[in-house]
Amino acid sequence: MGVYTPTLRRRARPNGRFEVMTWYLMRVSGVVLLFVAVGHLLWLHLVVGLENIDFNTIVGRWTGPLGAFWRVYDLVLLMFAMTHGLNGARWVIDDYVPRRGPNWAMKSVVFTLGFILILMGAFIIFTFRPAGT
Amino acid sequence: MRATIKILRFNPEVDKTSHWAEYQVDTEPNEQLLNVLHYIKWNLDGTLTLRRSCAHGICGSDAMVVNGRNRLACKVLMKYLGSSVTVEPIRGLRVIKDLVVDMEPFMAKYKSIMPYLINDEDPGSRERPQSPEERERFDDTTKCILCAACTTACPSFWANGEYVGPAAIVQAHRFIFDSRDRGAAERLAVMNEWSGVWRCRTIFNCVEACPRDINVTKAIGEVKKAILFDEV
Repeated sequence: MGVYTPTLRRRARPNGRFEVMTWYLMRVSGVVLLFVAVGHLLWLHLVVGLENIDFNTIVGRWTGPLGAFWRVYDLVLLMFAMTHGLNGARWVIDDYVPRRGPNWAMKSVVFTLGFILILMGAFIIFTFRPAGT
Repeated sequence: MRATIKILRFNPEVDKTSHWAEYQVDTEPNEQLLNVLHYIKWNLDGTLTLRRSCAHGICGSDAMVVNGRNRLACKVLMKYLGSSVTVEPIRGLRVIKDLVVDMEPFMAKYKSIMPYLINDEDPGSRERPQSPEERERFDDTTKCILCAACTTACPSFWANGEYVGPAAIVQAHRFIFDSRDRGAAERLAVMNEWSGVWRCRTIFNCVEACPRDINVTKAIGEVKKAILFDEV
């Protein structure tokens, strides 16, 4: 009888604080989104009204007296929703795509698209001015 | 009572895939499922293979999927299972034969968390005293019998065999929060690896599966918090 030596297939991946901080980010952004996303939904659906939402509503919101507030609000919503969602997608890919090649490829596509969306959203929030102003 | 027992069977010398076998038994409502399996093995089909040892819910040998849920065959009575019972090997580990699975990967994960007291301080000629409050801190996780019911009920573990799994985290918790132990930092480092606690998605299957009623997900949460705030 030999002594059993465990053959652990643990990947030698230095981890540091990355996993714990992304896990923490999910908790914090989850709580923030609870208020910001639900607030966004209630405001647009109940206060503004679903039938009233069009391009002019959003322009009015961003250029009106509370314009700065709404732009910050939308920026917070964009940042937290996107980082929360992207990290969630990273977890799902890590859970269900164990092979390194496909894992890396899928994450690359998801994160590239995600960052393009974040940049586009942030760019519009910071620079949008309605025509003629 | 008359019961139909459907068992997922696999003989590596003959079968390519596992298949269901059905057995009709007469039994009592207060009979353990384990005894019904014994009856089948001893009277109906001697080739049925299963693990069991103490038959009293302590050794943790006979975890199996009973009516779709992870149970100890010795800890569940026929009256709670009805007249039609399905029995399968626990999931996520290689089936060796019938209800016997390869427990080595599970035990390797257990060993990876260093499941022994780490303390080089000389206690002198006496014990290492501990207050009832200090003992209470990890009381729940001392109940683990390493039956693997939690780990093999965990979808994160099914999807990713590298995940250290709830049972190993429970065992790590048992030492990390033990006031006599000095190895918390080493164990938390193992827990903080890519294969550690961060694979947990708080699905709570482990809590439902545990035959010892350990609040596994809570223990995992406490380990996560200990890593986050860097304090035990």
